[in-house]
Amino acid sequence: MDTTFIILTFASVLAESAPLVFAVIGETLSEKSGVTNLSLDGTILLSAMVGFAVAFTTDNLYLAFFAAMIVGALVASIVAFSSIILKLDQIAVGFILTLLCGDLSTFFGNPYVRKPGPAVPHLAIPGLVEIPVLGKIFFDQNVVVYLSVLLIFAAWWWMYKTQPGLKLQGIGERPAAAFARGANVNAQRFLYTLIGGALVGFGGATYSLFVKLGWSYHHTFGIGWIALAIVIFGGWHPIRGAIGAYIFGGLQSVSSFAQSAFANVPTQVFQTAPFALMILALLFVSNEALDRFFSGSPWSRRVWQSLRGTPPGALGTTFEQE
Amino acid sequence: MRLELKHIHKHFGAVHANDDICLTIESGTIHGLLGENGAGKSTLMKILSGFIRRDAGEILLDGGAVAFKNPAEAIRAGVGMLHQDPLDFPPLTVLDDFLLGREDGFIQKRARALADLEKFSRQFGFDLAPDALVSALTVGERQQLEIMRLLSLGAKILIFDEPTTGISLPQKIKLFETLRLLAQQGMTIIFVTHKLQDAEDLCGKVTVLRLGKVTGEVTCPFTADQLVRLMFGQSLETRARATVALGEPVLELRDVCVADYRLRLPEINLQVRSGEVIGLAGIEGSGQRLFLRACAGLDQPVTGEIQLGGARMNRRPYREFLERGAVYLPAGRLEEGLVPGLNLTEHFILAKRSTEFFVNWPAAQTCAQTRIQEYSIRGVPTSRVEALSGGNQQRALLALLQPGLKLILLEHPTRGLDIESTMWVWSQLLERRTRGTAILFASADLDEILEYSDRILVFSGGRVARALNAKETSAHQLGELIAGKGMEIRD
Repeated sequence: MDTTFIILTFASVLAESAPLVFAVIGETLSEKSGVTNLSLDGTILLSAMVGFAVAFTTDNLYLAFFAAMIVGALVASIVAFSSIILKLDQIAVGFILTLLCGDLSTFFGNPYVRKPGPAVPHLAIPGLVEIPVLGKIFFDQNVVVYLSVLLIFAAWWWMYKTQPGLKLQGIGERPAAAFARGANVNAQRFLYTLIGGALVGFGGATYSLFVKLGWSYHHTFGIGWIALAIVIFGGWHPIRGAIGAYIFGGLQSVSSFAQSAFANVPTQVFQTAPFALMILALLFVSNEALDRFFSGSPWSRRVWQSLRGTPPGALGTTFEQE
Repeated sequence: MRLELKHIHKHFGAVHANDDICLTIESGTIHGLLGENGAGKSTLMKILSGFIRRDAGEILLDGGAVAFKNPAEAIRAGVGMLHQDPLDFPPLTVLDDFLLGREDGFIQKRARALADLEKFSRQFGFDLAPDALVSALTVGERQQLEIMRLLSLGAKILIFDEPTTGISLPQKIKLFETLRLLAQQGMTIIFVTHKLQDAEDLCGKVTVLRLGKVTGEVTCPFTADQLVRLMFGQSLETRARATVALGEPVLELRDVCVADYRLRLPEINLQVRSGEVIGLAGIEGSGQRLFLRACAGLDQPVTGEIQLGGARMNRRPYREFLERGAVYLPAGRLEEGLVPGLNLTEHFILAKRSTEFFVNWPAAQTCAQTRIQEYSIRGVPTSRVEALSGGNQQRALLALLQPGLKLILLEHPTRGLDIESTMWVWSQLLERRTRGTAILFASADLDEILEYSDRILVFSGGRVARALNAKETSAHQLGELIAGKGMEIRD
């Protein structure tokens, strides 16, 4: 294997994980505020379909991505309204929305199946692209990929460096205490769920307008469920979540190489392997036996603690002022 | 800051939690607010600190009327409250927690917050690592963090709700030192407590609440006697009761220590004999529930041995406790005791612990009907338990008990029941007692404890007093012990 090959692989992992990154960061924001938006897989399907349909009919990519974000925010607003205002079960509502949005995408997407349509144009950043190795990986991409990388750091900065971000953590951990410190808990939860949904929608459009161009039946291949798992894997931390997304992307490309190397093994094995490996990774980061094992020495505990995350304390609960 | 509360009223449904409360507190003083559970202390303080709205009345700060919509507004006006379980964020670091809610711009000003934290730490002699997790702190340290945080936000009136409940003695001494220092600096301190000793040690003036009303205000020097009378009313007196010959030891505790995350009760030694009734007295949350659950095998004691009928029962499942005739009736009748959604017949079937595969519904129906009559439950076999009133739920729970039990553990057996149901519940329990069942019950009602117990265990301030003989104990003594006075001598 020569270096060009490796560089190209890294570049493609970075690019193809972009939809997953948007979805993971969006869901992380929403869950950090205490609302689980389980409708992710449906939202991604529907927004991917709408994004492609708008691009196909108007030939305007800005409009396409905007429409996809609106779709994501709309679905999220149903989750937010039913859980925050009506106090319904978030899991049930999210699950039904997943099924509904998936079916809607099939129904409304029918006219667009396997039609060639516009794609996000490639845009190497002049100058930076000349940097050896890194230039080809990070700066020889398109605007959407750049945005996905920027988003990771923006989300991290927001959550850990700003006052509203700190309040966001408080709202998800202990709403009563956040309220005592001046947070309007339910309004904030509503807002973060909408923003999160819009980001998920953006991820959907990224899929149909860049990673896997066009539209077909169940086009996004269960990526929403993987995003939900990666949020847990990432311990509700944007950077760790993004790393999870890239690991999954990496596993996918490894399996496609392995497929050509081991021609006698059925291809399905390699297609499903990343999902199975993701489950193993999840088991690894939330295992009590390993907890005990690593709590032996202070530094091993420190490393382990940074690896595993705990869900926001008030995730999935409702808040009411006395 | 001078504080005046004028004619404060607050209703929760039919309960008049605050009934025309008037209170004036001068700045630079430590003012005690004393009363039992449910006396209305917390409600009043939550109104003052903006957590709940009053129905009527006025709050004046330095003579100006205020109305807070939320706690943040109260803080801005200078009123801060420290809750019994500090309202902080266990997964965050000390510095993050300190920062959260500060109103100084968009970007976190960590350096400035750190300097603030260090300034207050030096001033009070606190020692908290800024990057430690709040979850790793003790309750006392979390209080210290809250004090510094509220002061940094400009609080001039500080409310402490039962601050000495979960903390150690050295921490308590430190806390009192801090409170005196704060008062010297001109802060107004309101100290909410049910502990006489604490009030005596600290407060210049004490207002006593009882059943939502102010029953009196005393100024230093005052006697514990005065306070007890104001707290518990005048009507307490012991009554005569029938005696039952005691039999074999049923339950034996040897050096049992029970603990949860905030409370640790040291070695308890107790022998309960068949036919004996033991009352567990104390302010709620002093460990009675922990103790009862350990006796039932639902929680594991940290150390020590629990024996039922001579057999060591540590780490045995509740099922084995049941088989040996010990049963636990929790205070949460609907939440823990019964299964909401199932009807009475279904409950009786479950309680029978039958090994048959098929349910004989006609027989079960008849059996349920007889039990309903026998225990005078107002309901039919198909009534769902959540549709029953509290009294009828308790009757149903008692009807579910199998005959020939050795030990019944009850938590607040008559809470929320009317007089008729209360009498009925006790007649059932005492009847079982004559047939040799031992009874352990926790209650917040002193009259109930004194009337039905043979011996009394008092839980107070993380300690359990040696069992008292109920016949030789007066309500007054008991009141003092519950309020933490004299516990030290008895240990």
